[in-house]
Amino acid sequence: MRRNKKSHLYRETQIVETHSADVEGDLVINVGPQHPATHGVLHLVITINGETIKKVDPHLGYIHRSIEKMCESLSYRQFIYVTSRMDYLSSHINNHGCALCVEKGLQIQVPPRAQVIRVLMDELTRLASHQLWWGAMTMDVGALTPFFHAFREREMINDIMEETCGARLTMNYMVPGGVMADIHPNFQRKVKEFITHFKTKIGEYDELVTGNVIFQNRMKGVGYISKEDAISYGMTGPSARGSAVQCDIRKLYPYEVYDKVQFDEILETDGDSFARYMVRMKEMHQSLSIIEQLIDNIPDGDFQAKTKAVLKLPKGEFYSRIETARGEFGVYIVSEGGTTPYRIKFRSPGFSNLSALDHMARGGKIGDLVAMMGTLDLVIPDIDR
Amino acid sequence: MWSFENISHSIDTWLYNTFSPTTAMLIEFLIIAICIIGLFSVLGLVLIMMERKVSAWMQVRLGPNRVGPGGMFQTVADTLKLIVKEGMTPNNVDRFLFNLAPFIVMIVSMVVLAPLMFAKNFQIWDINIGILFITAVSSVSVIGILMAGWASNNKYSLLGAMRSGAQIVSYELSAGLSILAIVVLTGSLKISDIINSQENGWWIFKGHIPAIIAFVIFIIAVTAETNRAPFDLAEAESELTAGFHTEYSGMKFALFFLAEYVNVFIVCAVGATLFLGGWMPLHFGTGNKFNEVMDYIPSSIWFFGKTFFLIFVIMWFRWTFPRLRIDQLLNLEWKYLLPISMFNLLLVTVIAILKWHF
Repeated sequence: MRRNKKSHLYRETQIVETHSADVEGDLVINVGPQHPATHGVLHLVITINGETIKKVDPHLGYIHRSIEKMCESLSYRQFIYVTSRMDYLSSHINNHGCALCVEKGLQIQVPPRAQVIRVLMDELTRLASHQLWWGAMTMDVGALTPFFHAFREREMINDIMEETCGARLTMNYMVPGGVMADIHPNFQRKVKEFITHFKTKIGEYDELVTGNVIFQNRMKGVGYISKEDAISYGMTGPSARGSAVQCDIRKLYPYEVYDKVQFDEILETDGDSFARYMVRMKEMHQSLSIIEQLIDNIPDGDFQAKTKAVLKLPKGEFYSRIETARGEFGVYIVSEGGTTPYRIKFRSPGFSNLSALDHMARGGKIGDLVAMMGTLDLVIPDIDR
Repeated sequence: MWSFENISHSIDTWLYNTFSPTTAMLIEFLIIAICIIGLFSVLGLVLIMMERKVSAWMQVRLGPNRVGPGGMFQTVADTLKLIVKEGMTPNNVDRFLFNLAPFIVMIVSMVVLAPLMFAKNFQIWDINIGILFITAVSSVSVIGILMAGWASNNKYSLLGAMRSGAQIVSYELSAGLSILAIVVLTGSLKISDIINSQENGWWIFKGHIPAIIAFVIFIIAVTAETNRAPFDLAEAESELTAGFHTEYSGMKFALFFLAEYVNVFIVCAVGATLFLGGWMPLHFGTGNKFNEVMDYIPSSIWFFGKTFFLIFVIMWFRWTFPRLRIDQLLNLEWKYLLPISMFNLLLVTVIAILKWHF
């Protein structure tokens, strides 16, 4: 870049151009790390020709907090709370996955009451996460109003969480052996109130957005990914189920009481943005049905198994997987027999889902890219960890 | 009754009696300029307030409610803040064009106010090509937008300006054709003639279905022309951050912002004038009691009522619909709206020739 004489007075912004435009007429744009569409600090270097996208190159690491390394110095009770900060929209489920892994290592039997409470909390979290996704995704395609409607319902779930867990975002409720505390006396009543309220509103969601002709035109036929490609990119969760990949951990490897409740694994065959959208919309109905089945059938008993004060996992490697709102969340613990893990690796769903973005976005328009990122439901702290 | 004519005439007579004709004319120009600038800023403030209240109402929240009664002075406070903000020019921009662009956009929307008729006999300039003047001048604003996008030295701005150029140029066609439909029915381009022709009923009622089609196409096209959602691709904050005015801040940004809202007012006023009778009260036929009752409502209230109703409709669009994609936007215009409005114009011509309209 040619500099004029005055320019030394200013601090020039260094623009990262990782790919120079090879073909004449191509333009390299840095989308992010500060951009309204990336919902956080994701940095996409996109190459465009006119409005058509030729290449998308995600750059990560802007919110890397070395959580895996941090966990190595925390005890088996403590490290669970750090994982709330990864995928903050499904923090319950992250905690749950870690607790499952520790329980597997120590062979703790979780009391039935705690199992049901865990599943209820997971499904409420999934609902809250999908509501926020719905609001944010519609905002990506340009409709601003649904965001507030989604938050109206999400607020009710947050209130329920606040009463029982004491927090609204990073709940830290799951502990090895059960849950931290018993449910609040109001819990069942409030959840039932929420279900009746939400059942009247979810039709409103469809009226406002799903049936809209502009919205359908924006979503249908864009961001296509085939079943084979989705598997080879390691996509999981609703994003992969939009391409008819059977990957619901709740069905394939049932944990807690998921094998005792009735629910369907939602599969769509189209593989485009609209299929991924519909999977999440239908999953909300499934989550509602799971909650309805369990809310009146919480068994009596302990909410936590009796565990030792200091947990020591036996020497070995342990892996557990769980279905978060975004896909498969894996926890891999290597233990040397001490009070802290030797190594922890988290398999986050967002990371592999993001890797498919380039494949989907090529040939699409800039507006499509934003809509695709919306349907992938990316949470950046989950990707970077 | 309720006419501003007497006031303006007495001022005019007094000025010409007191001063020499040249001085009197200059003073009148000055008064008009002050009125227009006042109207421009008041309209901007009121419409921004209205938008925030309408959006709050649709989005289950309260909207601004702290500054003044019911938050009424929030936009005044915002504007004051923008005025005292540093007028920053980024590094490596084309300084001349960068600073010129907001003024072009603003001046265009001020000039277009001239032929509009705000009430009975209350008009700045009753030019005989009034409606043509409005369409011609308002299309200059795209130059300001392209200038802003090009001069900003920012890829987002450039993309936004390119989108805006493609969009405004295409949608002007169907907006113009639907305006032509009414011009054909009226036989005049003069605003006062168009309004007077609606004395026994507004064109949207008199012109059969073609007039309604023209009205709907007009509303869609002007929504696109003013870069408002669902056609806000030029700004598209989730794609291009803020499009052509990404790099602007302070009062230069505020000028774009005010001009956008004044443009919305102008296109709605044109729509109200052409299809809903401007300041003309709701009349059916001639000389019945209903018409007399309607005449008691002041003409300015009729004009602003209709205009603000249309503005509300356009705001309603914005807070309900998702945004179109650029290729869908152009498809909509070139494949649907333009052929329909061309055919519609033929129909209207037939109706006008055969005098089928009421």
